Amino acid sequence: MVENTLTVGSISEGFVLDHIQAGKSMDIYKYLNLDKLDCCVAIIKNAKSNKMGKKDIMKIECPIDFMDLDVLAFIDHNITINIIKDQKIVEKRELHLPKQIKNIIRCKNPRCITSIEQGLDHMFILTDPETETYRCKYCEEKYDGRHRRKK
Amino acid sequence: MRHLMSPLDFTVEELDRLLDLAGDIEACPEKYAHACAGKKLATLFYEPSTRTRLSHEAAMLNLGGSILGFSSAESSSATKGESVADTIRMISCYADICAMRHPKEGSALVACEHSSIPVINAGDGGHQHPTQTLTDLLTIRSLKGRLDHMKIGLCGDLKFGRTVHSLIHALVRYPEIEFVLISPEELKLPSYIRRDVLDKNKIPYEEVVRLEDALPNLDLLYMTRVQKERFFNEEDYVRMKDFYILDSKKMELAGPDMLVLHPLPRVNEISVEVDKDPRAAYFKQVQYGVYVRMALILTLLEIEV
Repeated sequence: MVENTLTVGSISEGFVLDHIQAGKSMDIYKYLNLDKLDCCVAIIKNAKSNKMGKKDIMKIECPIDFMDLDVLAFIDHNITINIIKDQKIVEKRELHLPKQIKNIIRCKNPRCITSIEQGLDHMFILTDPETETYRCKYCEEKYDGRHRRKK
Repeated sequence: MRHLMSPLDFTVEELDRLLDLAGDIEACPEKYAHACAGKKLATLFYEPSTRTRLSHEAAMLNLGGSILGFSSAESSSATKGESVADTIRMISCYADICAMRHPKEGSALVACEHSSIPVINAGDGGHQHPTQTLTDLLTIRSLKGRLDHMKIGLCGDLKFGRTVHSLIHALVRYPEIEFVLISPEELKLPSYIRRDVLDKNKIPYEEVVRLEDALPNLDLLYMTRVQKERFFNEEDYVRMKDFYILDSKKMELAGPDMLVLHPLPRVNEISVEVDKDPRAAYFKQVQYGVYVRMALILTLLEIEV
């Protein structure tokens, strides 16, 4: 029996996000607001991985100064970012936890002013890098950490 | 321009200066009687309050200033759906400083982000109530002569009581502070405060259930009310509300210099008979609340006398 393999071509300039937890690539797509950008995106779901068993991979074709990827550190520390230029990997970028996150997650505290104030951004501040704790800028409620994959 | 959002907005040195100023106001009130002449304080109270609103207004009037404002959301444009950001932009055109109480947590921070006048957080839901903490600190310093080297009993609702949480945050900055946390199991101090504030700052503390066990060794007893609005069912509230009642008999167990503080209003947790005890400081605390708010208004308006 012939094993079916999927081939996705290389990109000339952009990012390859590797080691995404299997099944989470659509979350990343949403967090990076890729639906709003007019660029070529390939999403590979459940690819074989020696390290992880299964993983997702994303290839994003866009100018490399076009996108702020810091938020990925908040979502999943283990993602590897390869920066591609002229079809070659020119840099492997390390992820650092962003000091603040704007409109990526929402404050769930029903007593928080963000629940009623029109036009107010949902801001979370990194209050303890050691425990990777983020708190709402307004009510200081701790983000419960769901949808996150830590180190 | 500065605002007051949390009791920790001031460093220990800045706080010392503020409390010194409040002390001078207490000693020579006439010196400050016209310090804010021509200035206006707006009190924006989206929920009812007796002490906090009147205390801010009394403070401004004592300084020779004027006051304007509203005392419930129903009498403001909030009923028409106006945002906090829009309200404060408008108030900035009418007054020189404002004090705001709002039921939502973080509302004061939204106000200060859009304000062109100093904003005093006069309570934002269960989050912060910094002027109560300043009041507590001034009361303790004035009556005890210090804010360090003290064993402090915190009694009652330590789980939901924001005044207790703020006071702990403020006092751990002083040396040789020790706490006795007196509460029923259901209303214990939240673990994140024990871990992130007490343990992190290596503050000694013990947790006890019986008030009688703690009383003989305390320099200060801070009583709190069990708040009905924090409970989901009436039964739990009824069971908890009279868990602690400080009466003259229990006061006999305490030392001659132990002060009793309470943020008020009280319900049953301090018997009326204790009011006559010279160690009862909760009504003096109300007076100190006015002095400290006078000092705060002068500080935020950068008025020197």
